[in-house]
Amino acid sequence: MGKKWVMALTGLTLLGFVLVHMLGNLHLYDGPWETHEYAETLRDLGTEVIPRTWALWALRFGLIAAFALHIHSAYSLTRMSRSADRRYPGGRDYIAANYASRTMRWTGPLVGLFVVYHLADLTWGHFNPDYIRGDPYHNVVASLSNLPVAIWYIVANVALAVHIYHGAWSMFQSLGINSPRWNPLRRRFAQAFAAVILVGNLSFPILVQAGVIDDGGRSVVREHQEQLDGAVGEALGTLGSAP
Amino acid sequence: MSTTNNGALSVHLRVWRQDGPGDAGRFETYDVGDISSDASFLEMLDVLNERLTLEGREPITFESDCREGICGTCGLMINGRAHGPQKGTATCQLHMREFSDGDVITVEPWRAGSFEVIRDLAVDRTDLDRIIAAGGYISVNTGAAPDANLVPVPKEASESAFDAAACIGCGACVAACPNSAAQLFTAAKVQHLNLLPQGQPERWARTEAMVETMEQFFGSCTNHGECEEACPKEISIDFIAWTNRDYVRAKLKNRKLAGQV
Ligand code: HEM
Ligand code: SF4
Ligand code: FES
Repeated sequence: MGKKWVMALTGLTLLGFVLVHMLGNLHLYDGPWETHEYAETLRDLGTEVIPRTWALWALRFGLIAAFALHIHSAYSLTRMSRSADRRYPGGRDYIAANYASRTMRWTGPLVGLFVVYHLADLTWGHFNPDYIRGDPYHNVVASLSNLPVAIWYIVANVALAVHIYHGAWSMFQSLGINSPRWNPLRRRFAQAFAAVILVGNLSFPILVQAGVIDDGGRSVVREHQEQLDGAVGEALGTLGSAP
Repeated sequence: MSTTNNGALSVHLRVWRQDGPGDAGRFETYDVGDISSDASFLEMLDVLNERLTLEGREPITFESDCREGICGTCGLMINGRAHGPQKGTATCQLHMREFSDGDVITVEPWRAGSFEVIRDLAVDRTDLDRIIAAGGYISVNTGAAPDANLVPVPKEASESAFDAAACIGCGACVAACPNSAAQLFTAAKVQHLNLLPQGQPERWARTEAMVETMEQFFGSCTNHGECEEACPKEISIDFIAWTNRDYVRAKLKNRKLAGQV
């Protein structure tokens, strides 16, 4: 049961991340420059006291640890159940278990794979010849305008919502948060959480495909950079030709 | 059983037969006619066994004792459900009126890694006893019966403890669980003591010992909720949440100061 606590606490951390990540991504609706500025804000977190990007890296390490622990406890508890379980050749009739609870061990790894792909795609730019560092808006459009990629994003995020539908409820039981006054709300919390994440996250691939989120292949960030470089070059040029 | 009464029915059974722990086992089918709808499920099996014996065939091994839903000895997987289709009912209290004439009924033993089939439908549930042995008791010396109101117990606490104490230890919760977890049984056995004043002196030691013994033999709960549906005593999974909480408290407590090392 100790591992269940680890699973629930790390699951809670991941829920927090997923929510903030989704809300942050809504900056896509403000426009390319605003999205870029939001990304910069994240890198600037805590710069009053510590060097730039340190706070972001601390959050990232926390997340990586939560992810690793979550997967580790899921894996070892699954092994424990597998070795304890014997199947019914005559079949089993489920009453309470729902689709979400029975697919946790599929939706979880699917989301895990997706996260790796997603980082390679939009953080490291491995899959995308058009990738421009520091211009998330442009990169999102470049990736998600590709139909198979958009479909993969949709499938993975449906799996994430299904995982959350059970996980965000199950978490309360594992943590022993149980009282007649709150119990009906636990299920509704999980449903609402899953729905909000689903709608938010699916809106991005769908609206890129629909052409609502679009930058026409331009990159405002690169243009801004080029303008800056140009200005600096000019300034330098003037300096150089000075007598 | 030669006269056909009004509510008589015929059913087709698919029963798991297994000669012993090492045997692979197989389903065998039996047509059982002329069964009163007032018969219990186990009486129907009794009738079948009599008929098999008369034909010189080996009767089906299954377990039962009280046949009134209080001892926890009986227990069959009937059509994929532990204790059959009727909620809050042990197999011995299930009646043939829950079935229709001509039904095909699949009967299997409880299945879990730690429930070895002894023969046919009888399984070894010793590992549940091991969980009880690890802490399901109160060892303070009580002496002579104390005055009834000496130890105040709130009515709510006594009722919750009673709800947990209703567990008959049948193991349906394990049988119904896709993880073969014994959380509901263990939680019931932990909480019926933990909720009462008499259970406090060993509360933390008990919780830790029983949970960790459980984890040696059974799977890990993923909160499907199948156990609650299968339980003949309708014990609530609230007790599982409560036990998860007690377990962590037991782990974090200064148990030396709590006097429960
Ligand atoms: C962003 C991603 C994820 C979030 C937000 C998340 C969230 C959660 C939450 C809140 C729980 C409930 C914990 C509990 O019952 O105590 C849970 C359970 C679980 N998670 Fe995740 N998880 C994520 C990713 C993953 C991944 C990548 C895996 C797989 C390797 C995974 C596998 C599992 C499993 C097997 C369970 C246990 C199922 C159960 O208790 O019914 N999860 N998750
Ligand atoms: S909790 Fe219910 S199903 Fe489990 S052993 Fe006790 S009575 Fe049987
Ligand atoms: S035989 Fe005792 S509970 Fe069924």
